[in-house]
Amino acid sequence: MSDRDTIIVDTAARIFRDLCDPQTLNNAKDDSWKGPLWDALEESGLTLTWVSDEVGGAGAGMFDGFDVLRVAGSYAVPVPLSETLLAGWLLEKAGITCPAGPMTIAPQRAKDRIEIDANGRLSGAAKQVPYAGETTHIAIVAYKGDRPHVALVAAADCRIESGRNIALDPQGTVDFAGVQPLRCEPAPISADDLQMMGAAARATMIAGALETAMNISVQYAQERKAFGRNIGGFQAVQHNLSRLACEAAAATAASGSANEAIANGDGLAGDAMLLEIASAKIRCGEAAGQGAAIAHQAHGAIGFTQEHVLHRFTQRLWAWRDEFGSEAVWAVRLGNAMAGNGADALWPLLASR
Amino acid sequence: MTASVLQFDPIRLPPECDVLRGEVRAFIEEEIAAGTFDPMDKSEGDRFNRPFAKRVAAKGWIGMTWPKKYGGQERSFLERYVMTEEFRAVSAPTGSFFTADRQSGPTIMKYGQEEVKNEILPAIIAGDCTFCIGMSEPGSGSDLFGATTRATKTDGGYLINGTKIWTSGAHQADYMIGLFRTAPPTKENRREGLTQFVVNMKTPGITINPVINMVGRHEFNEVVFEDAFVADKYVMGTPGQAWKQATSELAYERSGPERFLETFYILTELVRVLGAEPDLRGSEGVGRLVAQLHTLRRMSVSVNGMLAEGLEPTLQGSIVKNLGTLWEQALPARARDLAAFVDPDPTNMASFQRVLEFATTIAPKLTIQGGTTEILNGIIARGLGLR
Repeated sequence: MSDRDTIIVDTAARIFRDLCDPQTLNNAKDDSWKGPLWDALEESGLTLTWVSDEVGGAGAGMFDGFDVLRVAGSYAVPVPLSETLLAGWLLEKAGITCPAGPMTIAPQRAKDRIEIDANGRLSGAAKQVPYAGETTHIAIVAYKGDRPHVALVAAADCRIESGRNIALDPQGTVDFAGVQPLRCEPAPISADDLQMMGAAARATMIAGALETAMNISVQYAQERKAFGRNIGGFQAVQHNLSRLACEAAAATAASGSANEAIANGDGLAGDAMLLEIASAKIRCGEAAGQGAAIAHQAHGAIGFTQEHVLHRFTQRLWAWRDEFGSEAVWAVRLGNAMAGNGADALWPLLASR
Repeated sequence: MTASVLQFDPIRLPPECDVLRGEVRAFIEEEIAAGTFDPMDKSEGDRFNRPFAKRVAAKGWIGMTWPKKYGGQERSFLERYVMTEEFRAVSAPTGSFFTADRQSGPTIMKYGQEEVKNEILPAIIAGDCTFCIGMSEPGSGSDLFGATTRATKTDGGYLINGTKIWTSGAHQADYMIGLFRTAPPTKENRREGLTQFVVNMKTPGITINPVINMVGRHEFNEVVFEDAFVADKYVMGTPGQAWKQATSELAYERSGPERFLETFYILTELVRVLGAEPDLRGSEGVGRLVAQLHTLRRMSVSVNGMLAEGLEPTLQGSIVKNLGTLWEQALPARARDLAAFVDPDPTNMASFQRVLEFATTIAPKLTIQGGTTEILNGIIARGLGLR
């Protein structure tokens, strides 16, 4: 994150430190922390990082938004910040002004499709929509025939079946049947673009969460004593934590590369963008699985308790690797693309990045 | 401390690298067409080819980052990166100059005496000079500072006595950069007392005995020193302080594309035998391998970008080598698995099987040479503050 505007990152980190401390949230008996946290994020403009200032956003760059998401990941932030960022990005593509308050986006799954009929009403449902039921608005990509549109929908107009993901964060099935969007505009965007941006966002958050999982694991190993010494003094533990650091480093590099590609690139189409974003989601997803396992092993039983904060990170690593396409899903897509290009096109593509 | 472990900025290669890449690819194409080497023929041994080195030198690509006063081009580390990765990707025969270009030359530049720089660096740049590295001994491998081969002060220089082993290419090398004990270790610091020397391999008193590796090749050697004389001018840096000098070179040695591209041809050939429409496990497998390789390369470029900026990303270099060598080592077995149900065109499959066999047999060395997985994990753990 060097050489970039650190003010926005510092602001995010300060808000999370003050209002989203993992241990405080872990001990909280209710959701009363949510309001102040969201208000602070909204007041600072962080929720609209990806919306230009002409339409009321923060006017920060793509890089800044990803930097915010990395910090959010490092605090395992359990509010729809990334969803609101993605919604703002979508709405701007269609020239739709962002409403106040938290938003989410749909579809999250590649196979869900939302259609617009001749009267402008929606049909179709989207499953596993993050924070469905917790946001007032939903920004969606919907199709009138094969023409992509971005629409802003009031959550209250939809039938939402609420549930929880593996981290116990809200998610749900949103049925858009018969819903009249608040706004609906054609946009130079596709549902796949939302998959790509969502995948890059989740990869970035995974890298942030892995950094914290690594830090607290190292700290625990330096404090916890067994057999008369710090467990971090045992070579077996040292080597496990080294592997955790390697996974966190790979996640940082993979997501950082995708962030840079999106920030300085020209759209999301083409093999180079597929390589960058698919690689980030695949490699970060793999790192999430391996990293979470090592972090738990280092913590022993205490890390498996409700009381300890580790699960706030590991459970979200598991949740985020599933959203916007798992490792396997992206790997099949990337593998098919590489196979289609042929063996001799592989090195030139890799070397071009 | 831990934050720096994760410093992998998304550095991109600058535009001048594209020009160079085009030139290197054109050169490689010519060399392949002329029959210098066949990227698919793994029987060519250790890729030692002096005439090839001379032609690479004529392009100005050996020692290309070095000062002009020694004949270098003062080009950037990232340009050198491009040259190296293009050669590696096709398994070009860089054996006679790679070690000198990567580490021996830079070490001499940093610690060598001016007379020695003038004697050796232009010869490396001309493609005339091959180096080997004398570190391991029969009683000390990973435990570098346990070296016992002695360099005893004598009139005008030192007399070397002892044995180095696992010395790759010693039988073809003109010089060795060797680590010898000039004083016993101190009680406080067992690393004290070791000194780096440049040794001419033609020096009387040096005997080179081949050690044939399990693939049947002669790469390793045992190098025996019996009163071999090395003049004072070949001392590198401060006598007894080599342990301080060795570590700063490690980022160069450990972060390069050679640390994950050693078996790259397996991935290319896997994509070839799987064809344009692979089965589901084939495409998933290739997708994961490509994502992992892309990530490794981006990490490696990042470390080399930091080197180009004058930083010392030693820890990040160790992470690249650790992940990179484990990946290139696992690649043959994964490719074997993914190709298991392919019913391919027999020509393709035969050549895939041939390179797969080779890669499978050389795979064990990849996580040993240049710092084992265990040593690297220890270095990274130290970086985390655990040691």
